[in-house]
Formats: sequence, structure tokens, C-alpha cells
Amino acid sequence: MSTPPFQTAREIRDAVTTGRISAVEVCQASLDRITATDGRLNAFLTVAAERALTRARAVDAAGPGKPGKGSGALAGVPIAIKDNISTRGLRTTAASRMLKNYIPPYDATVIDKLDQAGAVIIGKTNCDEFAMGSSTENSAFGPSRNPWNPERIPGGSSGGSAVAVAAGMTPVGLGSDTGGSIRQPASLCGIVGLKPTYGRVSRYGLIAFASSLDCIGPLTRTAHDAALALSVLAGPDSRDSTASREPVADYVGALSGDIRGVRLGVPRTMLEQGVHESVRGCFYSALEILKARGAEIIDIELPHAPYAISTYYFVATAEASSNLARFDGVRYGFRAEGAHELKEMYEKTRREGFGPEVKRRIMLGTYVLSAGYYDAYYLKAQQVRTLVRRDYDQAFEKVDAVAMPTSPTPAFKIGERIDDPLELYLVDVFTVSANLAGLPALSVPCGLTHDRLPIGLQMTGRPFDEATLLRIGDAYERDTHWWKECPAI
Amino acid sequence: MTQRLTRNDVERIATLARLELSDAEKDLFVRQLTEVLEYAEQIQSIDTTGVPPTSQVLSKQPADRDDTPRPGLSNAEALANAPDPSPHTGLFRVPRVIG
Repeated sequence: MSTPPFQTAREIRDAVTTGRISAVEVCQASLDRITATDGRLNAFLTVAAERALTRARAVDAAGPGKPGKGSGALAGVPIAIKDNISTRGLRTTAASRMLKNYIPPYDATVIDKLDQAGAVIIGKTNCDEFAMGSSTENSAFGPSRNPWNPERIPGGSSGGSAVAVAAGMTPVGLGSDTGGSIRQPASLCGIVGLKPTYGRVSRYGLIAFASSLDCIGPLTRTAHDAALALSVLAGPDSRDSTASREPVADYVGALSGDIRGVRLGVPRTMLEQGVHESVRGCFYSALEILKARGAEIIDIELPHAPYAISTYYFVATAEASSNLARFDGVRYGFRAEGAHELKEMYEKTRREGFGPEVKRRIMLGTYVLSAGYYDAYYLKAQQVRTLVRRDYDQAFEKVDAVAMPTSPTPAFKIGERIDDPLELYLVDVFTVSANLAGLPALSVPCGLTHDRLPIGLQMTGRPFDEATLLRIGDAYERDTHWWKECPAI
Repeated sequence: MTQRLTRNDVERIATLARLELSDAEKDLFVRQLTEVLEYAEQIQSIDTTGVPPTSQVLSKQPADRDDTPRPGLSNAEALANAPDPSPHTGLFRVPRVIG
């Protein structure tokens, strides 16, 4: 059977703050686990061992009372950071050749917050290039591998952070979610992934993909750890005008285990086609467990949800083509050799610096924004985006959260879909609408296939109501063992 | 509205995007982008008469801060990642602009 569960962030924090273990010991154990397993999994692009140990020593020294007693909400907790989040002095590549040697001169706001909470950043994790993809196969540095079956993808784009948590290298990973990039890899790796409400967490220092959709959030082993992490990450930021001033809820305090009377909406018609048998089975079993705990299951319709993927790929690629215009070989990053004049330098730099999927999306985005096509594609997509939001507004008049599977299938094999971008886009069917509507969504493990591949349950909530999602997720974990399952790596 | 992308279209888009493409990439993108557009064409069937576009989802006004100066990057920090910096002038160097 599986190995014993790895320690959670809460357990580590409690042990460090009470002096039962030092942050340095925890950090070393994390580094040892990476050394033992990451050669097979490729979760990390950069392991910052010395930086992490120095930081851990500082946490131990800063603790109240004797050495070995840190303080802070995440004191001594090792964290893996997706490599599209800027870390001062620590290489940040976005898994692109374009930024292969880029050293950020500043920290993202989330990095500042993690530092203040006593967390220890272990390193930077692999992802799809510029977070564009659902499999981590689009990394310029090779794919990450699913610890449940290394021949399979871990999901993406935050695949490296998901692998780090699932394989017990770190209890917490940071990811970014533009169309499902936290929730889908969490689902495929058997862990918890939280995409917060748009604006709940500052994007300052996140390398932009689609600015109206991008969100930073945690990947963890438990809903409790996700609550703990979000309480550190959330809040306003004078460096990001889209970071909300909405008060930050007590996410950990919300985990009462009591979900009696919570109304869960299920868009059953969306589940009729294209959903793997085992996913459907696990999903409906999960609903039964929630019902037994007192939740009410209510059928709902999201009439425009089938159009969400098309809408998403117009909106996201348009924004991406604009955001990625900055990679021009002038101020930072890669520059192609041998160009004799400026325009040629731009074109060669972008040809050699970007991988195929990034080029494809820049092309699509440039097309939908170009003269003659803007109204038919981009404006139309923005209007459908309004309809997708209204569907949720109407649903939330009669339910407290919407339940769906996170991914229509378990993890597929590496290389299986690399030549068919459209087919790969379709795996985002259940995740993209939360991004278009700006809503929070949580994925928790809800089962394994017969050949032991994880399946995730997704719940989407009202704006800034992460607390309800976390309460449901935590209550579900109290009645199930899926979150304790570990891959035999 | 549905129309296949041509090789000319792909070349025109690539020029707009400042992206040099190989012949193989052009052929690939003609096929793949046409496939994606054909699928995504489904949104044309939705009646959006009178529906306002959503460009961002924030329900409240963005949080503006006071317009007060504060320190930014030093010149050396700003040049540190440049592929061809000119430290003594403090500038980024590029190939010639006018041919």
C-alpha cells in the first residue's frame, strides 16, 4: 500500500514554533527528499539549497526564546515556487529559453509575504513555458513527471509545484492559475489546489500571461494547509492596483467541519459527455459523502459553460500576445546573435527564444486583435465572458458553491497529445470558467482510478468566498482518506 | 465568418507579432490555427445583442495609491540582465535602427 502521509505545513509549523524540530532540520529533510526523487520527476528547475538553509537558520534564530524555535504562520515550512514568480537574486525562467539566465532585481509581493511568515523557499519549479499549457510538456527544460506514474504528465501549467507537493519534497507549492493551472495539476497529482478570487492575491512580480485572468495560489496536501497559505498570501498591495482591498477572511477559523445546509450546485448536463468513467464515478461518490455530512445537492444549469473554452482561448491569447511583446531582446533576457538591424533582432530573438506553444498563442492572440477580426473574435469573446459570469451569478442565487470534476480525465501519457493543441485545450473544460468569471475554485483529491491515478473534485464559489470552499473541502477530508494517499515514489 | 487561414495570413500575423517563422512552422500554424478557429467559431452562434463586454472582473474600483515618488531600481540593477548593456553610459545597446 502507500507510504505514510508526509507532514503537513501545519504540523511542521507547530513543531518548529514549539521547538520540537528546527527549521534547519526541516529544510535539510526537504532538500534530501529532492535529491532522492527529483532526478526521476524533474519538479525543480532551480534548487536553492544554500539560500534555503541560510533562511532556515534565520527563522530558528528569530524565534521567541531559545534557538530552534521559529515564529510566524508558516515558520520553517519549506515552499516550492513556480518559476514564473519573481524571486530577487534567484533565477526565474518561466520555463522559457527567453529567460534562461534572468535574475530578478525584486521579489514578488507573495515572496515578501512568505518571508515575513517564516516560510523557507526551497527552489523554483518547472512549468509550461510562460504558464501556457496543461501538461508541463511545454517547458524549455523538459517535462515534469507524475509521481503516481512517471510515464504520465503531472498536469500543468504548475506541474512542478504539484509534483513537489505530491512527492513529499515540500508541503506547499505556489502556482499560478490562468485557466486551471493550479487546480488541474493538483487534481492529476492527488493534492489540493486553490485558485483564489481574481484580485485576492497580489500579482506583483508574477510574469504576466493573461492579466485579467492570472491568479497566484497554493498547492498543498490538505484544505487546512491551503487555508493557512491563503491567509498569508491574501491582501491588498500598493504595487498591484488590481489587488483587492476586500477584508481578508479568517480562512483557518472557517474550517468548522460543519457543512449542514450548504447548497451545492451540480451542472449535470456538463457531465454527460467527454468525462472519463472513473472521474464521473468518483465525482458522484464525493457528492454522496458531502450529502451525508448535511450538504444539499441541487441541479443547476450553466448554459454558456460549453462556450467557455473558446472564449478563454480568444481572451487569454489576446492578452498574452500583448504581454509577451516585452520580450524583445533589449532590456533583459535572451537576444539572438547575428542580427544587423533592430527589427531583424526582434524577430530572430523571438523565433529562437520562444517555444512552439508560446508562438502558437502569440499568433492566435495577434490575429484576434488585428484589424478586421477584433469585433468578431475579441469583442465577441468579451461579451460571451459576460454571459459566463451571469450564469454563475444566477446559480449563486440558489446555491453556495458549484461542484464539478476538476479534469475530465486522469493524467494522460507524456507525448500523447503534444501534436494536437486543440485536444489539449479541451482538457480545461471544467476549469476555465472560474477564471473568466474571476471566481475562487478549489480542487481536492476524491479518488483513484483502478491503476492508481488521482482524481479531483472541484468547487467554485462566490467572489471572495474562499472560506466556504475551504470549509467544504476540509469537511470532505474528514470523511475520506484520499488526501492521505501517497504515490510510491 | 469561418474561413481557412492562408499562408499569407500566417505571414502577415507573424510580421505583426515580430516573430520570424520557419517554413515548417508556417505550414504547421496554417493547419493548427485553422483547427482552433474552426472550433472556437461556435461562439458566433450566441446572441450577444446588447451584452456589454467584460474586460476585467473587479467589482469595485481599482485601488489607487497616492502619487508619491519612491525609490525604484538603480541604473546598475536595471542594466544587470541586459544582453548588451553599456554601463558607462547607463544605456541599453541595440543594433542599428535605420538601415
